[in-house]
Amino acid sequence: MSEQVVVEKTGLELQLPESLADALTRDERKGYTGYLVTPDKLVEFATYLRDELAYDYLTSVTGVDYLPEGKFEVVYHAFRSTGGPALVFKTQVPREQPNVPSLVSVFPGAELQEREIWDLFGIRFDGHPDLRRILMWEGFDGHPLRKDWREAYFEEEGKPFKSRWPEGSAWRSEDKNLFHKNVDYPAGFDPEGWVPEGEAALYGGIAKVEIPGDTVGMGTDTLIVNLGPQHPSTHGVFRMLVRLEGETIVDLKPVMGYLHRNHEKIGERNTFLQNIPFTDRLDYFSSMSNNFGYVLAVEKLMGVKPPERAEYIRVMMAELTRISNHLAAIGFLLNDLGAYFTPILYAFEERELILDVFEAVAGSRMMCNYYRFGGVARDLPEGTLERIRQIVFDRLPRKIDDLDLFLTNNEIIRNRAEGVGVLTPEKAIAYSAVGPLLRASGVPYDIRRADPYSIYDRFDFDVAVRYHGDVYDRYLIRMDEIRQSIRIIQQVVDGIPEGPIQEGKPQYQVRVPAGEAYGRVEGPKGELGFYVISNGKPNPWRYHVRAPSFINVTPLAEMAKGNKVADAVIILGSIDIVLGETDR
Amino acid sequence: MYGLGILKGLWVTLRHFILTFVDDFRWLGKRYYTKEGIAHRMSTDARGIFTVQYPEEKLPVPEEFRYVPFLIYDEGENGERVDRCTSCGICAKVCPPQCIWIVRTNDPVTGRPIPAPKEFYIDVDICMNCGLCAEYCPFDAIKMDHDYELSVYDRHAKNIFDKEKLLKSASYYASIRPVNASREDAARLEAEAAKAARKAAAAAG
Repeated sequence: MSEQVVVEKTGLELQLPESLADALTRDERKGYTGYLVTPDKLVEFATYLRDELAYDYLTSVTGVDYLPEGKFEVVYHAFRSTGGPALVFKTQVPREQPNVPSLVSVFPGAELQEREIWDLFGIRFDGHPDLRRILMWEGFDGHPLRKDWREAYFEEEGKPFKSRWPEGSAWRSEDKNLFHKNVDYPAGFDPEGWVPEGEAALYGGIAKVEIPGDTVGMGTDTLIVNLGPQHPSTHGVFRMLVRLEGETIVDLKPVMGYLHRNHEKIGERNTFLQNIPFTDRLDYFSSMSNNFGYVLAVEKLMGVKPPERAEYIRVMMAELTRISNHLAAIGFLLNDLGAYFTPILYAFEERELILDVFEAVAGSRMMCNYYRFGGVARDLPEGTLERIRQIVFDRLPRKIDDLDLFLTNNEIIRNRAEGVGVLTPEKAIAYSAVGPLLRASGVPYDIRRADPYSIYDRFDFDVAVRYHGDVYDRYLIRMDEIRQSIRIIQQVVDGIPEGPIQEGKPQYQVRVPAGEAYGRVEGPKGELGFYVISNGKPNPWRYHVRAPSFINVTPLAEMAKGNKVADAVIILGSIDIVLGETDR
Repeated sequence: MYGLGILKGLWVTLRHFILTFVDDFRWLGKRYYTKEGIAHRMSTDARGIFTVQYPEEKLPVPEEFRYVPFLIYDEGENGERVDRCTSCGICAKVCPPQCIWIVRTNDPVTGRPIPAPKEFYIDVDICMNCGLCAEYCPFDAIKMDHDYELSVYDRHAKNIFDKEKLLKSASYYASIRPVNASREDAARLEAEAAKAARKAAAAAG
């Protein structure tokens, strides 16, 4: 493509080949950034972006329903894997004929995200290898994130509901609509004899794999096994459909959505403030980080900045969350490896101390609901800082060394984990892997350094990176990150200033100017992004969660192929997913 | 040497096992079922086993701990209850799962609203214990409770709390959240004093 003439077009900062010059326009809407690409040139533009402009890391793909304009929009956030801000590009299609070319051939990391958009918006991605529903069940009628779709027990478009005050009439949904009347079957439909369409497509999709003829040993048939959804090693209700040749995995398909509650639709009904406690329920191991990402996105729209002390408290809480999450992740990984419950209880002992801090500060151990727009909910109670100081200067460094001695050089762990589930750096970037999964593959990409937010640029810490990309390195990198987080918190505890913790007066009804914003943080599981669109009303027009647990599942098949079926469990464990976030 | 890693790991578990008993001997039976014992097991100096034998032992909850909300009444001079709630409806508006509903009192003669709730309900099955109602109440009338043992046999009959069930005294609130209560009381007194001063100034002027 480099032979093509590169043209400068007024208003664009990008240099484009001639063939693309007409396909691109700047997004001129007020409060919006990025470029609009015509759908027919989308694949060509994405390829150019990846190969010539080095935006090789497409982390977020999502849809928006602009019902009043009669348009669907697909929004892409691409980054350079060497760091820097996002390049946002969008493509618009009419609602009557929502067809967009798939970018899976250019960015394989878009696979699950495009399926999600198809499922929730009904936008078809032409050329997608496996376009099935992903979060909703097969046979579900409609696409729930469309603005004209209404949920069961629908009351109003946005909260607060008028029925609650001052007339105070409310009801329990189940009293009004009893369970046996909750489902309407079409005439002549027999639910007992129905086989969902997608199930056949799922099994059909996995059967297409060709097995080279085994001429030496006994000829064996391949076997399809369902791991999960009810299986303790799947960390919740996650299902892996694996095709086995003997004990070796030849293909794997993740099946999810069992915990789906349409968090994003709920988020669009909520006011901006009401979403904060709901974000706690995404990745319930790290609610402080979830708060952080969402609050950053809305603060970008509002244009407020929290005061110094609040910034320090935020960073401290986010890093404590990272430690407690990684402790749990390591513990559960060891569980999956067969070290049943001793390591996890050792890890939980330390996590318990951190949760006590959260309870004292935020009022709840896991559902913290602590960050507010322009600050935090309340100041640290007396004695908390002293307690954190004891934890990070004395207790944790000692105990992490203990855990290291306990686990790291254990021969059984090394035999089981080394060289298993390898993900190469190129593949990790292509599949939009984030967080420890990406960094264990040798890509030193950490948003705290690559695209700094809050006050992370003030602290001295290293981006942990490991180079083998196997399960063992994913274990090690979490130990490294715990140590780095301890370093950060030590600096925070020493440097935290006195002062206010909230910018302006706390308000229950915030005014958010119209526009779009993408706030992202380096959560414990990786890039946690919130894409929020406001149209100036009390409720967000669009509220999207770019969930690391969900998108990190994309390379699962890639990592599992060629390994033994017993290793599928630890490979999944090493990604560290939480189903509250995967299924949303 | 192959197996050294395992042996080192086993040494860590053995030490943990022994330390539990060392601590038991040091505390001479006071490590369990006593306040100090629980505090010790929660502290950063804890060694050995750290679990708590619920429900015989309970972890103390910090002041900010929040569970389902309750309404506060002040005790009047003659022992009557004075609701702080003015039925302004901010808690019902800010509630994320919309589990609060309020019926406002209307003056029987003029039909105008009176600042007191006629009925006040919270569906505690739906309440997500986020604490936003308590945070944004301008009258310190609704606060989060510390009582987390709410199990009942029939949720349909028992779990929609009405005003009677929700109302608790201001002294109860001061007993579970002393720091918050004294801070809020001071702020309220100050506001009242300022209001009185303004009134006096207006009367004099």
